[in-house]
Amino acid sequence: MAKIYNLLLCAGASCISSGGYSFRDKLVEELKKHKLEGMVNIVETGCVGICELGPVVIVYPDGVFYKKLKPEDAKDIVEEHLLKGRVVQRLLYKEKDSEKIVQQATQIPFFQKQLKIVLRNCGIIDPESLEEYIGKDGYSALAKVLTEMSPEDVIKEIKDSGLRGRGGAGFPTGLKWELVRNSKGDEKYVVCNADEGDPGAFMDRSVLEGDPFSVIEAMTIAGYAVGAKQGYVYVRAEYPLAIKRLKSAIKKAYEENLLGKNIFGKGLDFDLEIRVGAGAFVCGEETALMHSIEGQRGTPSPKPPFPADKGLFGKPTLINNVETYANICQIILKGSKWFSSIGTEKSKGTKVFALAGEINNTGLVEVPMGTTLREMVYEIGGGLPNNKKFKAAQIGGPSGGCIPAEFIDTPLDYESVKKLGTIIGSGGLIIMSEDTCMVDLAKYFLEFTQDESCGKCPPCRIGTKKMLEILDRISKGRAKQEELDLLIHLGEQICKTSLCGLGQTAPNPVLSTIRYFKDEYLEHINEKKCRAGICFKKKK
Amino acid sequence: MKLEDLKKIREKMEKETNLREGKGRIKAVVGMGTCGIAAGAREVLSALLDEISKRNLTDIVITQSGCRGLCDREPIVDVYEEGKEMITYGNLTPEKARRIVAEHFVNGNIVKDLLVSSK
Amino acid sequence: MDREKILKKYEPTRENLLYILHDIQNSKDEKYLSEDDLVAVSKYLKVSRSEVMGVATFYTMFSVKKRGHHIVRVCVSPPCQLMGSDTVFNYLKKTLGVKEGETTDDNMFTLETSSCLGVCAVAPAMMVDDDMYGNLTPEKIDEIITKYREKKNG
Repeated sequence: MAKIYNLLLCAGASCISSGGYSFRDKLVEELKKHKLEGMVNIVETGCVGICELGPVVIVYPDGVFYKKLKPEDAKDIVEEHLLKGRVVQRLLYKEKDSEKIVQQATQIPFFQKQLKIVLRNCGIIDPESLEEYIGKDGYSALAKVLTEMSPEDVIKEIKDSGLRGRGGAGFPTGLKWELVRNSKGDEKYVVCNADEGDPGAFMDRSVLEGDPFSVIEAMTIAGYAVGAKQGYVYVRAEYPLAIKRLKSAIKKAYEENLLGKNIFGKGLDFDLEIRVGAGAFVCGEETALMHSIEGQRGTPSPKPPFPADKGLFGKPTLINNVETYANICQIILKGSKWFSSIGTEKSKGTKVFALAGEINNTGLVEVPMGTTLREMVYEIGGGLPNNKKFKAAQIGGPSGGCIPAEFIDTPLDYESVKKLGTIIGSGGLIIMSEDTCMVDLAKYFLEFTQDESCGKCPPCRIGTKKMLEILDRISKGRAKQEELDLLIHLGEQICKTSLCGLGQTAPNPVLSTIRYFKDEYLEHINEKKCRAGICFKKKK
Repeated sequence: MKLEDLKKIREKMEKETNLREGKGRIKAVVGMGTCGIAAGAREVLSALLDEISKRNLTDIVITQSGCRGLCDREPIVDVYEEGKEMITYGNLTPEKARRIVAEHFVNGNIVKDLLVSSK
Repeated sequence: MDREKILKKYEPTRENLLYILHDIQNSKDEKYLSEDDLVAVSKYLKVSRSEVMGVATFYTMFSVKKRGHHIVRVCVSPPCQLMGSDTVFNYLKKTLGVKEGETTDDNMFTLETSSCLGVCAVAPAMMVDDDMYGNLTPEKIDEIITKYREKKNG
C-alpha cells in the first residue's frame, strides 16, 4: 500500500547519541498501537546538519520539522499529527530572538542560507538504499562518464570546475587527477581519506553516514579517469556508524555490479575496500595514511616522492578526502561551468563547515565559498548564546588559527583566510566569546598536536613539547617576556622544518593567537592576569 | 545492473521521492478532523491508498488535514491539481473514493455528482 | 571466536594486520593483545615480532595490557572541553573509582580519553565500545553505566 506519511528520522551519530533510537523505538510502538504501520514509512536518513536540535524528525509530505525529541513525544506526534493532522506546536523550532515558531524545515534560517552540493542527500535519503540514491540522480554521473566521456574529458571537466581539495591543503583536484593519470605504472590506486581527525570537524563522517554511495560512485569515476582498478577508503575507528553504512553500501554496489568487473557492461573494473584505523591522528596525513593501509605504523615519510608518483605499495596513487569526492558526481552531471559559477574567483563551489563552540545553532553548514564569517555566526549560527560578545573563531582545527572579531567580515575562502595567517583546513569552525582565554585555547590545541605527534622527526617531537612548556609557564604567570619571542621563533622553525603537515601546522594556533591577542599573552606574563578568568583558577 | 535498469529505477524512485516531498501531479487531502473520522474518513483514506497502489499510480500524493469546518459533508477530500482550481468532493464512502481514483485521477474527468463545490 | 579462526578469515598479507589486531582484541574479555597473540600474528603473517609489537603499540586503540569488558572513551578535544568534558571525565573517575587508563575492580570498565569523536554538536560526548553518547550530564552517565552493568548481570 502507498504510504501517506514519510517520517525522515535523522540517524546521524549526533542524533543517535542524543537518544534518536529510543525515540524511534517508541514511535514504532505507537504506530503499531494505532495500526498505522501501513500508512507511515520511517526512513532513517543521514545527518540533517542541525545537530544540537537532535534527535530530529521531518514529517513529509507536510515538511514539518520536529526537534529535541524524547521517547514520550512519539505519542503526541502519532496521535495529534498523524491521526488528526494537527501539528504538535511544542516540538517545533523556535527562532532564538523573536520566539517565532517555525513549522517547515525549509523556513528555518539555519537551512535557508545554505547551498547543498556535498550534503545534498544527507537527511533526504535512506543511506543504505541504493534505489533511493539512484532516484536522486545516483550513478547517472558514472553512466555518463562511461558512455560519453574519455578519461581525459573527465579530468578536463574537474580541472575546469576549479574544485580544490577539501581536506585542508586546497590543492587543485583536477591537476592531482591528471598527475596520477600521467604517472607511469600499470598498477595504480585510488584512496579516500576518511581519517577525519581535526577536533570539531565532522562533515566527512556525515557524508559517509548519510550518503555513502556518492563517495563510492565518485571513487569509481576517479578509477576510470586515472586508470586504477583498486580503491581504498581509510576510515578512522572512532566512526563505527560510518563504517557500518559504508560497508553496507559497498556490499550493495557489488551485488548490482556497480563495483567489480565490467561495470555497466562497459569494460570498467573497479574494486573497493575499507580500511579501518586504530586511533592515530597523524594518519590523516596522506603518507602516514598509506602506511597504515599497508599495515605499518602510521608515520609519515618525506615528500617528494609524492603519492601521485610513489604512493600506496609504491605505486601511483590518487588520494582525496571524502568531501572532495562528494563534489565529483555533481560536477560531472551539471558541468564545470555550473560549479565554477559558485563561490569566489579562486575558491569555487561550496564548503561544509562544522559550527561548534559558543553558538546557538551548532551543526553542519554548507555554504558557497566566500560567505562571510559574520553571516556564519549571526545569520546561520543564530549568534552567541545569552547575547555574549563574539571574540574570535578558531578555523581549521589544530592546524589552523583564529579570526578575531575585527575581521568578522572576511569572506571564508582559501585566499582571504590565508591572508589572516590561518587556513580553512577541513572546515572546523569553533566560535568563542569573551569567556575564552586565547592563551588557554592555544594550549589546548598544542597539547593535542603534541600528544598526537608520531615522534619521527625532532622539530615536531621536541619542538612542540618545548613550546608547550613555555605556554604552560605563561598560563601560570611564571614566564618572562623574552620567552614570548622564543615561542614565536620556535614556532616558525617548527613550521619550516617538520617532516609532515602535522608538525608544519602545529604551531599555527599559537602563532595566530599571539598575532591577534598579544596583549592577552603580555597580561598573563606581566600582570599575572587572565581577562577571561580561566588560567589562574586552574590547578592543572 | 545495466544502463537501462538504472533509468528505470531512477524514474520509479524519482516519483517516490517527489511524493515524499509532496510534489505529485495530483494532491488529495483527506479531512481527518474528529468529525471526518467519525463520518468514515479513515475508511475513505484507506480506500484511496489501496486503489492508488493497486493501479500503481506513483504521481499522486495523498495527505490529510484537520477539520475543514464543513462537517456535515464529511468525509471530504480536496483535490489539488497543478494549474487547475482546487475542487472538493464530499459525503464520500470507500466506493465513491475508488470512483474518484478511476475517473478523475486516471481518466482526468471530474466526478460531478460527488462535488461539494467547485470554486 | 578463537584466535585461529580469526586468522583464517584473512589472507596472510601485511595489509590485514590492523584488521586482525582489532578482531583479536575485540574477541577477548580483557580487550587486549597478549604476547601470545602477537607471536601468533607474527607467525601467520610472516612479519617479525618487533614489527607487530610496533604496530600494536603505535595506535592508541590497541592495548597490550589487560583491560575491562567495556572501554569508556571520553572525548577531550577542544569542542568538548569548551562544553565541560573535564566535569564529565572527573565524574566518571569518581563513579568508577579509577584514574585514566585504569580498570575497575570488577573488570567491567576501562576509562580512557579519546580524540575528537566527531559529534561536537552534542558535546560533551563519550563512546562505550562502539556506542556513542552525547549531551552528557552526571545523571546521564549514571544511566549509561547502570545499563552496561545490568546487561552483564541480566
